[in-house]
Amino acid sequence: MPAYQRMLDPTLNGLHSGESPLLRTVGLTKRYGDFLANDSIDIDVWPKEIHALLGENGAGKSTLVKAIYGLIQPSAGEIRWQGEPIVLSGPSEARSRGIGMVFQHFSLFDNLTVAENVALGLDGKESFKDMSARLEQVSRTYGLPLDPRREVWQLSVGERQRIEIVRALMQDPKFLILDEPTAVLTPQEADQLFVVLERLKAEGRAILYISHKLDEVKRLCDTATILRGGKKVQTCNPRLETAASLARMMVGGEIKEVKAAAGRQTTIPRLVVNDLSLAPDEAHGVRLEHISFELKGGEILGIAGVAGNGQDELFAALSGERLSKDPGTIVIEGIAAGHLSITKRRKLGAAFVPEERLGHGTAPRMKLSENALLTGHAASGMVNRGFIDTAATLKTVDKATETFDVRKAKRDPEAASLSGGNLQKFIVGREILRNPAVLVVSQPTWGVDAGAAAVIRQALLDLATAGAAVLVTSQDLDELAEIADRIAVMFHGRLSAPLAASEATREKLGLLMGGSSLEPKEAAHAVGA
Amino acid sequence: MQLVLEKRTERSNTIALVSPLIAIGLTIVTMTILFAILGKNPVLALQAYFIAPLTDSYSLQELAVKATPLVMIAIGLSLCYLANAWNIGAEGQFLIGAVAGSWIAVKTQGTDAGAWVLPAMLVLAAAAGALYALIPAICKVKFGASEILTSLMLVYVADLLLDYLVRGPWRDPNGFNFPTTAEFDPVATVPLLIEGGRLHLGSIIALLVVAAAAILLGRTIKGFEIRVVGAAPRAARFGGFNANQLVILTFAVSGALAGLAGIIEVAGPVGHLQPGISPGYGFTAIIVAFLGRLNPIGILIAGLFLALTFIGGEQAQIAMKIPLDVTKVFQGILLFYVLACDSLILYRFKLVLANRQVARGAG
Repeated sequence: MPAYQRMLDPTLNGLHSGESPLLRTVGLTKRYGDFLANDSIDIDVWPKEIHALLGENGAGKSTLVKAIYGLIQPSAGEIRWQGEPIVLSGPSEARSRGIGMVFQHFSLFDNLTVAENVALGLDGKESFKDMSARLEQVSRTYGLPLDPRREVWQLSVGERQRIEIVRALMQDPKFLILDEPTAVLTPQEADQLFVVLERLKAEGRAILYISHKLDEVKRLCDTATILRGGKKVQTCNPRLETAASLARMMVGGEIKEVKAAAGRQTTIPRLVVNDLSLAPDEAHGVRLEHISFELKGGEILGIAGVAGNGQDELFAALSGERLSKDPGTIVIEGIAAGHLSITKRRKLGAAFVPEERLGHGTAPRMKLSENALLTGHAASGMVNRGFIDTAATLKTVDKATETFDVRKAKRDPEAASLSGGNLQKFIVGREILRNPAVLVVSQPTWGVDAGAAAVIRQALLDLATAGAAVLVTSQDLDELAEIADRIAVMFHGRLSAPLAASEATREKLGLLMGGSSLEPKEAAHAVGA
Repeated sequence: MQLVLEKRTERSNTIALVSPLIAIGLTIVTMTILFAILGKNPVLALQAYFIAPLTDSYSLQELAVKATPLVMIAIGLSLCYLANAWNIGAEGQFLIGAVAGSWIAVKTQGTDAGAWVLPAMLVLAAAAGALYALIPAICKVKFGASEILTSLMLVYVADLLLDYLVRGPWRDPNGFNFPTTAEFDPVATVPLLIEGGRLHLGSIIALLVVAAAAILLGRTIKGFEIRVVGAAPRAARFGGFNANQLVILTFAVSGALAGLAGIIEVAGPVGHLQPGISPGYGFTAIIVAFLGRLNPIGILIAGLFLALTFIGGEQAQIAMKIPLDVTKVFQGILLFYVLACDSLILYRFKLVLANRQVARGAG
């Protein structure tokens, strides 16, 4: 670190002199085959520090924390804990030394209670009763209220995360790793989490905080280490950086700005949903209740909401993967389509991009040309009397490659061999090349690098400018603010009335995402209807 | 140092082609050891199995005759397996086809029925095989019953039905009480391709089936549906393909092909209906399907190879008194190695030199 920066940085300057960091990695390297996931990474984390680990998907953040938590063994380099080199045989050794971790994907059993789940994750020998009592006490102390007797499936995502955090805290860790903890929270829930983290810091614990939300990192973190392509780019004080300068370090260059064309005209309604209600088809699924909205050509409607509030179910209902008994609940291009199959809906001019790229949007082990056929067979002239026109499928691949800058090793590789961003560009491109009248897209840039995300968002804007109706479901409020004309929020299978993007502040959206209503009278009316 | 299996980024086409050969090689090594344990000269035994049958015209024709039902059944099974529908009951569909086709032969016996008899037998056998295969398919789609179990159990039903018919109503009155029907009339017999030889029209039909399957899978949207449903069910549903419909379709097609193979066997090489018309063709065809990589051309080659084990087994029994059951052992070992080698298509072996951390972490 340059000397001038050290002087500017209150946490690094003086405070730590003479001590050793709580945790230090020296030249930590992890190799998978020919691929260097971590290339000689040095980081220092001090007590009483919230240290951000910033980077795009694939930058090596997860690999690094997995090594620190003992889940994987580094190929070279070492980890020093309180100055001593250590070798962790596994997570339980990491935990016994005082390293805790909260994963982005929870490992909880839906049908067990909170206390049972916590008991399963602890190595201790205390009785279930003592453990339950301690659980209640820890959760009360840190302002993370939890009822130990409730079953997990009844809890919201925020509450589930609390279980994971409390479980980690019950081991009294000196060092806590949090992997993108706010990805599943409303802005208000995130604020509550920050209070807890500040408190943990005040108690002298260190926190390693993985994120790619720059505002959050600037607000919360004392130090930030930026990774790119498996290498450490820099360690800095995020409060002295701008969001743009942090983004540059993450991406290694400027990101193209997404521009909406001026004077976009809305035309006729192209996708109308009338009082759509649908029972879930699996246990613990979400019931869609009385969903109505109208989407015109030239318009982008954003649907915000915490994951698991019915977005997947809505996508399945709109795409026709699940059918509705009442044809009139979904109207595509003026035609009642609730009872029509996904193929027939595509023939009406609708196109769909699901959240999951591999296994849902594409068949992972099939070639791109075959994956072009997967959705193109309905209405793109790829099939002639039952026979596949291979040249036409390859042409779609080439066109998508060219138009959307899909980078791949050869002309027609397997879908699974592409990186997330490039595969997503291909999938979005495949649908946009069909010139759809209606595009329903779920999490268009989830886990996609910033460059690809900009290409995809621009493509969605251009499609709307060309007259299509675009429905975007996303958990990323910044993304919706960037491209949507109106934003509605899903909560417990219900959809709020859309707000104009200019009025949709984070606070308002956050309240709706948490289930509060903005205008009590109107909400009561909507429930009655 | 340790050996680890590492996932490949893309499936290896080279290994996909070579893996059956590796499996065959490993099988032969294992069999050599087995022959040695049995006290037989492994070289002579292997020669009896694999070389002797290829040395004369009669055996070569016999090879094609034995491969015919294997290939026809395996093509049908490969469609099922590609679509993730597990039809294990081809043996039963084979027997039902044989019974249904024989019904016409038995009923027209001694009449002056014309040239329509054989085509009618083939059509009825295929229809019966298809209907019989639809029982497990419909049970799966409607009630979620495991098609593996139901299709397998129906094999024994078909086996006992055939047994009942040839010991009861259809028994040849002049057959010295043997459980068999009378020899079929010439109009009810599959014509030979070479006068006085063994090769019959069924082999041509099998080749046509192979060609049709290759076109279906490689060129048509239906074939694509079958492959997608098996490879990525959720993506297939997103593509608008109905997995349940394909279970019904592939079961029906594979049942029809097995039924057709059944009647061709009875009206061809055997000439009458009797128990034991199949040395387990329906089960061996499962091995053929996998050894042939669920690919029509591969299945043709694999079918010939497995047919060789049947003929070689007989030769080895005659020449060296090696029990015929060794053939089944051979086929079982082969299937085991084929499935094991398939993991190399998606994974590769890698030698990892233990580093300091790993060694200490383990200790």
